[in-house]
Amino acid sequence: MQYTLAELKRGERAIITDVSSIHIPLKLLEMGCLPGNLVELVQLAPFKDPMYLNINGTHLAIRKETAVHILIEKQG
Amino acid sequence: MSKQINVALIGNPNTGKTSVFNALTGLNQQVGNYPGITVEKKEGVCKLSRGIKAHIIDLPGTYSLNASSLDENVVIELLLNKNDKDFPDIAVVVSDVENLKRNLLLFTQIKDLEIPTLLVINMADRMRYKGISLDIDYLEAELQTKIALISTRKKEGIDNLKNLIANYKELSVTPCINPSDIDKEYFDNLQKAFPNQLLYKLWLVITQDVNFGKTDRKEIEAVANFKTKSKADLKRLQQKETIKRYQFINNALKHGQTIDASQAKDLRSKLDRILTHRIWGYFIFFVILLTIFQAIYDWSSVPMDFIDSAFASLSEWTKIQLPQGAFTDLLAEGIIPGLGGIVIFIPQIAFLFLFISVLEESGYMSRVVFLMDRIMRRFGLSGKSVVPLISGTACAIPAIMATRNIESWKERLITILVTPFTTCSARLPVYLIIISLIIPEGRFLGLGYQALTLMLLYFIGFGIAVLSAYILNKVLKIRSKTFFVVEMPNYKLPMFKNVAITVLEKTKSFVFGAGKIILAISIILWFLASYGPGDNFNNAESIINTEYASQQLSEDEINQHIASYKLEHSYIGIAGHAIEPAIRPLGYDWKIGIAIVSSFAAREVFVGTLATIYSVGSDDEATIKNRMAAEVNPILGGPLFNFASGISLLLFYAFAMQCMSTLAIVKRETNSWKWPTLQLFIMSGFAYVVALIAYQLLK
Repeated sequence: MQYTLAELKRGERAIITDVSSIHIPLKLLEMGCLPGNLVELVQLAPFKDPMYLNINGTHLAIRKETAVHILIEKQG
Repeated sequence: MSKQINVALIGNPNTGKTSVFNALTGLNQQVGNYPGITVEKKEGVCKLSRGIKAHIIDLPGTYSLNASSLDENVVIELLLNKNDKDFPDIAVVVSDVENLKRNLLLFTQIKDLEIPTLLVINMADRMRYKGISLDIDYLEAELQTKIALISTRKKEGIDNLKNLIANYKELSVTPCINPSDIDKEYFDNLQKAFPNQLLYKLWLVITQDVNFGKTDRKEIEAVANFKTKSKADLKRLQQKETIKRYQFINNALKHGQTIDASQAKDLRSKLDRILTHRIWGYFIFFVILLTIFQAIYDWSSVPMDFIDSAFASLSEWTKIQLPQGAFTDLLAEGIIPGLGGIVIFIPQIAFLFLFISVLEESGYMSRVVFLMDRIMRRFGLSGKSVVPLISGTACAIPAIMATRNIESWKERLITILVTPFTTCSARLPVYLIIISLIIPEGRFLGLGYQALTLMLLYFIGFGIAVLSAYILNKVLKIRSKTFFVVEMPNYKLPMFKNVAITVLEKTKSFVFGAGKIILAISIILWFLASYGPGDNFNNAESIINTEYASQQLSEDEINQHIASYKLEHSYIGIAGHAIEPAIRPLGYDWKIGIAIVSSFAAREVFVGTLATIYSVGSDDEATIKNRMAAEVNPILGGPLFNFASGISLLLFYAFAMQCMSTLAIVKRETNSWKWPTLQLFIMSGFAYVVALIAYQLLK
């Protein structure tokens, strides 16, 4: 089932299936936020925003408003 | 025979690039600015084998050649301009063994510019803990480069690195990917249009907004106009390019790197569970701030008292040792107290930079950004605004420059505008001396009253900064794309050498930068205080002698009266009296008025000015504080610096915009006079009103 990255829960893992490149800064793509890569939600700040992620071994934080433009497929 | 080569150090942030720079150059380094912009330029010299000298430039950290900030622009501008005198003979790309895959992206981009590129894999000491092993020979073959596996922390591999740099001519310049693989038709057309240019370089010029050296400007502009595709299409190509690069990297790492996850010790997630916790995270952050302020207050008071009295003695000693005359007076009453006003800063500035660089080096600052983003956004700021607001406690100038990594222009502008409200170290001497005059000693719950007052002033500074951000966010009508990406680096024990060099460099540049202004103003003030127009000043001695002729006064007392009469009728005294009506409602006399006026150039001048004004004509060896405590309010009687006027002064200095250097930086960073002008008038006007209300309520 298709979700956006914003719907990932703490500790869950997923595979990135699509990114809407117009809404996503190039910098994020270059840091590994690309289709096919594994993403894990490490920590959430209060109000579930920003999100602390581990994408393909790179640890970074992004805001929820960016995360909704990234589609994922949740893993087991 | 000696030969000099240019070496450019390039790398992602948090890879230990600066440690490599420090390991290569030691203290043989200097920090300047790139011409015309305020990006810090660090360069140094390192002796290699066979008499080769390496001129090393530590370029700003960047994730990619696709620049998204002024700092990153510097990197691409240098690498694309063959005519730059610093154009590298060799690019040394520094990577971190734990983030090799991502770090290699930048490596492939630089290699595609066909510059000899050497790969440094740093933090080799961490491999054991993370279960990482590397097949260096295989990686060298796949990436077509030489690799230096080093550990700056353990000081391993540095000599090998130097040798590899010296042999830069053996490095291959074969590119990693061929742009034609991304979109054959588009790139073939581009190459046809500019047959003599490197395709990847053309592509970089098209996709970004970069200034280039004069020489090939015309040609470059023609390239930049080669737009046969829409912006969205170009971005899609960039995404495709990034995917191609990762394919190349994954291919190399598949056999070149093995990670045994069962060996990995995960300190990061344990620490993050506490430090980014939704309750404990904030609690710990608050405790850290509290500790810093208490420490700065306690630790620096001893050296500061020492410096204060040492300069008072030096001034006295000069007067005794040198023959009497105008020059001796200038030295003893103008220059030495002025210098003292600079030197007295050193302990606090050093401590502040120490704490800030430890927080940055350890990786903790990124956690603070993560924790604070949502809260700060409510006020129109970004989590990244926390870093400028905290470094603003050292100095607003580097703090405003630290806003550059805030991606949204509106959030960045608001951060720039409110940062000068945070209590910078230049306010500290003013605060410290006034607090010591008006707040009693004594302790509450183990914290001194004086330290608590100081902390309160810091909170007032932050509070007003955040509040004005809230207002600005409502008032400013700027639409800008907001996005927010922040790397959460691994926790690291800060390296002593890096911290020490940062503290040394920052303190030095601050003291010399501010020092010039303070010294110049001290000298001018001394002249204005020592000379005056008309008969009143020139005949001071006879006037006083006649006036007090009937009273039996000792010679000392007569001299005191002459000195203060002279000061009152000197140029500065006349100027002070002229502005007195405006500042009397705030509880200040004309001497404080002079100090306030002169400190519009730089706040720290306040104490130095009072020191100069009070030492003109006085002989005794007293510290500035003693002299201030002895001042009497000429109208109301009682000490001039009492609770009401003291609080009023503290509040005035908390809010007023009194720093020409900050205004200059704001002008540069916002590229407009509008913002610094607004800052000057709104902040200072607000300061006046608040100080007025405070004094009228308290007196």
